[in-house]
Amino acid sequence: MMEQRDKRQRVLKLEGVVLRHSDWGEADRLIWLFTLELGKIRAVAKGVRKIRSRKAGHLEPFTRTSLLLAKGRDILLITQADTLDGFLTLREDLAGTTYASYIVELLDRFTYEEGENRALYRLLVESLRRLADEQDRDLVARYYELRLLDLVGFRPELFRCLGCGEEIQPQDQYFSAAEGGALCPRCGSGASGAQPISKDALKYMRHFQRSSFADAKKARMTTEVQRELENILQYYLTYLLEQRLNTPAFLRRLRQPERLIDLPDGLDQA
Amino acid sequence: MLLPEPIQNLIDAFSRLPGVGPKTASRLTFYLLRAPENLAHDLAEALTNLKTGTTYCRTCYNITSAGREECEICSSPTRDASLICVVEEPLDVIALERTGGYQGRYHVLHGALSPIEGIGPEQLKMRELIGRVRSGEVREVILATNPSMEGDYTAAYLRQQLQPLGLRLTRLARGLPVGGDLEYADQGTLLRALSGRQEMSE
Ligand SMILES: [Zn+2]
Ligand SMILES: [Zn+2]
Repeated sequence: MMEQRDKRQRVLKLEGVVLRHSDWGEADRLIWLFTLELGKIRAVAKGVRKIRSRKAGHLEPFTRTSLLLAKGRDILLITQADTLDGFLTLREDLAGTTYASYIVELLDRFTYEEGENRALYRLLVESLRRLADEQDRDLVARYYELRLLDLVGFRPELFRCLGCGEEIQPQDQYFSAAEGGALCPRCGSGASGAQPISKDALKYMRHFQRSSFADAKKARMTTEVQRELENILQYYLTYLLEQRLNTPAFLRRLRQPERLIDLPDGLDQA
Repeated sequence: MLLPEPIQNLIDAFSRLPGVGPKTASRLTFYLLRAPENLAHDLAEALTNLKTGTTYCRTCYNITSAGREECEICSSPTRDASLICVVEEPLDVIALERTGGYQGRYHVLHGALSPIEGIGPEQLKMRELIGRVRSGEVREVILATNPSMEGDYTAAYLRQQLQPLGLRLTRLARGLPVGGDLEYADQGTLLRALSGRQEMSE
């Protein structure tokens, strides 16, 4: 009886998005995926570094792919992979790849091999699709950050002051990463680490937290407010992760194309 | 059973190599233990010379013999200095040289950009490439990084930097692998093969 069940479970059919990979052995790769059915998993793909590999193109980062896996003694082996959505437009430009990398890095840092989270999987796929369709990519990223925080259990409290419990009024306030949300001006002004947040930035944060993407998209943020929101969220995310993220440095470089590669003095003016 | 220290040390050293597990490491170690004296001796000498006997070419950053400033390709007058082929690793140079069909020079980046892993331009020989292109007689740069997300990203990054310099920029053609079936190709490869199709003329 046990025997039989073991046999049946030896092959898995899953759908997942490739997060990242690293070289493994001579021509193989270890691949991290976020799957619909099992959440984050690691699996080995044999031979995919060979130029003639049939699987390689289906297992590139950001690809949504349908997989057949075999359970080895202590590792999963990818036996088949077939692209469901390659998000090819993302791969064709620098900004697309960089934003997709950011989305994927955040998910990777906030999840462990801890089982399914279907809502998070859907958010990941939808966000990649939005980035590929070249919607306002900063907006896609901000919306993603707020929804991801919800789904991994760090939803910031934005309606009641975390110091005194009073309702947060529509005015400039403070945001505390340590407390996990907003502080009223009275509680926030003395609190260490609390950062000022403008009325508008707070408004959009609340809006994104409660709205569908279609509604969030109607927001017309000024560049200033968008940058403020980005900085506040970056401060909160870094605080939660207790380490810096790799991709934001690449996003910053994108905004200064002339400084993509810093040249030593003298060469710059050449 | 506890192994004598010299044996265990060599097993540990082998196990740190890519693609070598503890079983292979033990097998290699015991093979060397039983093999004629000079085999182990030659291997030891080759390993020591690997580091002391090599250096990087100051122009293209390929590996060359210690004591040389430039590699053989960079110092050869018959290699076209107006053509630079940019690759990720020294092994890629060897692969391209084996074709015998390339007469230009190279630039070895020593890796590819990866936003997620945090590998940025300052960790690669990118600045050196830009400097080289700006100061020289270069007419064409061939971006021959791997056909992967990281390789494409690196190529796009370099394109953005090199385009204003007004030279010819090319990327290695991407297409279907020889001996492969169309039905197994991923959509990215198929699309690129379609857009890069060629006239059938004799
Ligand atoms: Zn308060
Ligand atoms: Zn050289």
